[in-house]
Amino acid sequence: MSKNTRSQSESSKGAEAQSMTGSEILIQALLDMGVDTIFGYPGGKVIGIYDVLYRTPKMKHILVRHEQGATHAADGYARVTGKPGIVMVTSGPGATNTVTGIATAYMDSVPMIVFSGQVASNMIGNDAFQEADIIGITRPITKHSYLIRDTNHIATVVSEAYHIAATGRPGPVVVDLPSDVLAGTAVYKKSVGVDIRGYNPTYKGHSKQIVKAAKIISEAKKPLLYVGGGVIAGNASESLRQLAMKGNIPVTTTLLGLGAFPEDHPLSLGMLGMHGTWYGNMAIQECDVLVAVGARFDDRITGKLSTFSKNSLKIHIDIDPACISKNVAVNVPIVGDAREILTKLTEKVEKGNTEEWLNIIAAWKKNHPLKYCPGKEKILPQCVIEKIAAATRHEAIVVTDVGQNQMWSAQYYGFKHPRSLLSSGGLGTMGYGLPAAIGAKIASPQREVFCITGDGGFQMNIQELTTAVKYKVPVRVAILNNGYLGMVRQWQELFFGQRYSQTVLDDGNPDFMKLAEGYGAVGMRIENNDEIDTALVAAMKEKNRPVIMEFIINREENVFPMVPPAASIEDMLELTD
Amino acid sequence: MRHIISVVFQNQFNAIPRIVGLFSGRGYNISAISFGEGEEPGLARATITSEGDEQIIEQIAKQLHKLIDVVKVVDLTFEPHVERSLALIKVTALPSNRPEIMQMVDIFRANIIDLSAKTMTIEVTGKEDKVNAIISMLEQFGIREIARTGCVALKREYHGVSSE
Repeated sequence: MSKNTRSQSESSKGAEAQSMTGSEILIQALLDMGVDTIFGYPGGKVIGIYDVLYRTPKMKHILVRHEQGATHAADGYARVTGKPGIVMVTSGPGATNTVTGIATAYMDSVPMIVFSGQVASNMIGNDAFQEADIIGITRPITKHSYLIRDTNHIATVVSEAYHIAATGRPGPVVVDLPSDVLAGTAVYKKSVGVDIRGYNPTYKGHSKQIVKAAKIISEAKKPLLYVGGGVIAGNASESLRQLAMKGNIPVTTTLLGLGAFPEDHPLSLGMLGMHGTWYGNMAIQECDVLVAVGARFDDRITGKLSTFSKNSLKIHIDIDPACISKNVAVNVPIVGDAREILTKLTEKVEKGNTEEWLNIIAAWKKNHPLKYCPGKEKILPQCVIEKIAAATRHEAIVVTDVGQNQMWSAQYYGFKHPRSLLSSGGLGTMGYGLPAAIGAKIASPQREVFCITGDGGFQMNIQELTTAVKYKVPVRVAILNNGYLGMVRQWQELFFGQRYSQTVLDDGNPDFMKLAEGYGAVGMRIENNDEIDTALVAAMKEKNRPVIMEFIINREENVFPMVPPAASIEDMLELTD
Repeated sequence: MRHIISVVFQNQFNAIPRIVGLFSGRGYNISAISFGEGEEPGLARATITSEGDEQIIEQIAKQLHKLIDVVKVVDLTFEPHVERSLALIKVTALPSNRPEIMQMVDIFRANIIDLSAKTMTIEVTGKEDKVNAIISMLEQFGIREIARTGCVALKREYHGVSSE
């Protein structure tokens, strides 16, 4: 540890001033940070920590069945609460099993701390049993990482790791704990703050830039708010709503921004991007002022960069300065906290003359709504989403897996509140849905939690059904079963002459109902449209067990609109009736 | 275009791998890196030479700044600065060639730091083009080994007044 990292700490009175083992200090430090839940799986190098947990009922430990499940569950927990999700795994394979979950959190800026056991300090680098250089392996996918070499540093590292994970642009932090450091003893001093010299995120936006932006917005004839996950992470939904309403500015969001602005509001344009609404994408191309907030101009949004929103003046509000002008050059960058800056902007903005623009958009909405062809024999997945939305009154937490199920959920649910859609957007990790839904339900037991998944993704972390059953977590899992790796099949249909190479799943899929029963969950198979509503009512009555609802859906249903790869976003493929 | 970026960072165990990993992970070019203890204990300075256009270099600087251990990032390319790099050059030096080599060493204000029956090892410090120049002059004698550092650089404090 560098001496330059001043960690102000004070001796606590009574029990905490005595000598404790590293494992005891670790758990106490976490408790003192306000952590009450850990998702983990034990192993040889962390037995000491688990011994402490055995006698610490205050710290709730959720035993998963695969370390990847622990990371996704912690991720779901973090997206719902805004607090870092805490993961505890052993060395070697336990640590390497967390890599996908860490990368998932990194790409979506989710706060998380992964504590991994490590071999004894004198064995590091020796190819010891269950040794893995997890710090090296996760370097590019972590916001920061620590290898603790001294028991006296544990308390400081825990509070630093928490601070780094949770603040600025949030992200995952890995803390590697050699077994001798955990076994060693030190006097625990409760940390009262961190001071990291190289880490000082900017929260307050530059006032001159804000004034400049406000003027541009007020004078715009066709302004547009392009909103990303940063608005939700920054708890800025209310400020966003004030700005949109005061300036009469339409709002379109990314996948991770859904819920930041209520989709039933007349100013909402739903989601934009590769599978966004027709009118959301057109608004981007036709606007004269684009206000990007907490979004990063990802390629799923921009399509061909050279034609992206060519004629607009661009304002970009983001807490991460590296995001600004990374893909798309902007005119007015404002680095800082979304809520603060949006509030100041709202004060200075004047209601613009946007009536004509809103009329154009209303006509677009009327002529190019989201649509699907009803009246097919098999159940339509879009219809399932709509019915789930109605049954839950658009108030549930929806956790998606990846692919077609993800896109239909994003298009058809109609989100009204932030922290309602949990989805692996940046990395697109199949198998995210079930464990993340479990984490989300544990974080907010009073909210209804639906996991929308496919027959492919559901099997990737299926072992976590045990976790849901054991802890009586009544998540509703809606499997949109089309017997295919849906999204890839869609691409093969549209761009590869319908050559469905290795995307047919149903000639090997298990009987999901028998599986549900085997795990101790409730199983329902729904094959007809008129069974959907009653099934949902029955499912939502279940209070103690997860419910697996297998919907046998129309096999070759596609997600539309679609911006084809490398195309300009106004060249969307639409459903042809 | 060649840029020189000076990075001041807290020299924790993982800092240098993170800095270098940033370049390789994001596909940025890194021609040379030189680092060592800085002006305060626990603080180190790395001087990175990189090729790229304005936009790439700006991204590099921003991404470097994001690293928790990094305290300060300065692009010295367009600021008045001093830069030096060092090279140790082992040339084949038969007795008949020695006077000519020694003359070159003298002209370039370099030093001979090792001598054997067949070789001479020369130490030269200077701006990169000076080091490149002496290396190309020595090529005719047969260069056996070269060990070069990347350039190190610091901002000039008295603009327009050079003691160089």
